[in-house]
Amino acid sequence: MNKILLWLFLALTLTTPLQANEAVPMAEDPVLEARLVRLSDDLRCLVCQNESLSGSHADLAKDLRREIRGLMKAGKSDAEILDFMVARYGDFVLYRPPVKPTTWLLWGGPFLLLVGAVFGLLIFVRRRAKAPVNLTDSASLSDEDRQRASRILNDEPSAEKDVLL
Amino acid sequence: MKRFLIPMTLFIVLIGFLAVGLQRDPRDVPSPLVGKPAPAFTLPMLVGNQSLSTQDLRGKVWMLNVWASWCVSCRDEHPVLVKFVKSGRMPEILVVGLNYKDQTVDANAWLARFGNPYTLSLVDADGRVGIDYGVYGVPETYIVDKRGVIRMKHTGPITEESLETRILPLLAALDAEAR
Repeated sequence: MNKILLWLFLALTLTTPLQANEAVPMAEDPVLEARLVRLSDDLRCLVCQNESLSGSHADLAKDLRREIRGLMKAGKSDAEILDFMVARYGDFVLYRPPVKPTTWLLWGGPFLLLVGAVFGLLIFVRRRAKAPVNLTDSASLSDEDRQRASRILNDEPSAEKDVLL
Repeated sequence: MKRFLIPMTLFIVLIGFLAVGLQRDPRDVPSPLVGKPAPAFTLPMLVGNQSLSTQDLRGKVWMLNVWASWCVSCRDEHPVLVKFVKSGRMPEILVVGLNYKDQTVDANAWLARFGNPYTLSLVDADGRVGIDYGVYGVPETYIVDKRGVIRMKHTGPITEESLETRILPLLAALDAEAR
């Protein structure tokens, strides 16, 4: 049994370093590749929508990275490349949507919620201050309660062992 | 009872938002190209050595249907297109097939097997034209008017229902438009 486990262990551990990664033309131009990764980190892959363009293995993502690489080599700026993407796929490709009338609610929503919450809190606090809990209401205390309280307050341990515990 | 009114209202509003969110298809991304001129291309035809450019399609209403032999949902869509073309309901409309990132042999075999609804078939072997049109999931269909402006994009397979309710009425309206 132990021998089998050992072999299993060896089989699992020894093969890991042999798994080669997909060849990426990094060596070609590392500066450009770094720029590509930085830019495509902020772009959405449209095939697997919750993955960034830089991390996706979808065919379309590879094509788009090739396209962006071409644009970079042609000397286009980052803004021009983002325009290229938005013109084809819309604002949806941007993980950071632009501020414009249709996205005002998206950008302002959290602040609206915050203002609403602060407002609600203020009303709540005010209302509580106006109608305080009546701590001095002696009617709710019986004579027995009163005696017990004064005993405790005067530090008479005799009858109130449970309190002292 | 009254103190539950506000949380209850908030809860119902939240449920409303979630219900609307569930109805929406996340794959249906609105295309920024609708209302814009169709990106120009010159592409080889699937059969023969000729090529065709967007200029040649001026003055015609055309439907660009992006498909591939490797695309599974194209098989659902294909019979709908074949039936539509066979019916001869809109002979003026050009149904242009764009064979996207495919092998010519596979594409021709596929058309031979399932029928060929296309007035003409173009080949986009490296997917560049697909990128210009913002294709991200085959099949996709674009409807272009006589002035060369994209009027509609349909993402995903065309069904009998979407053909009857959305595509055919638009095609009829565009066909009636002046050049």
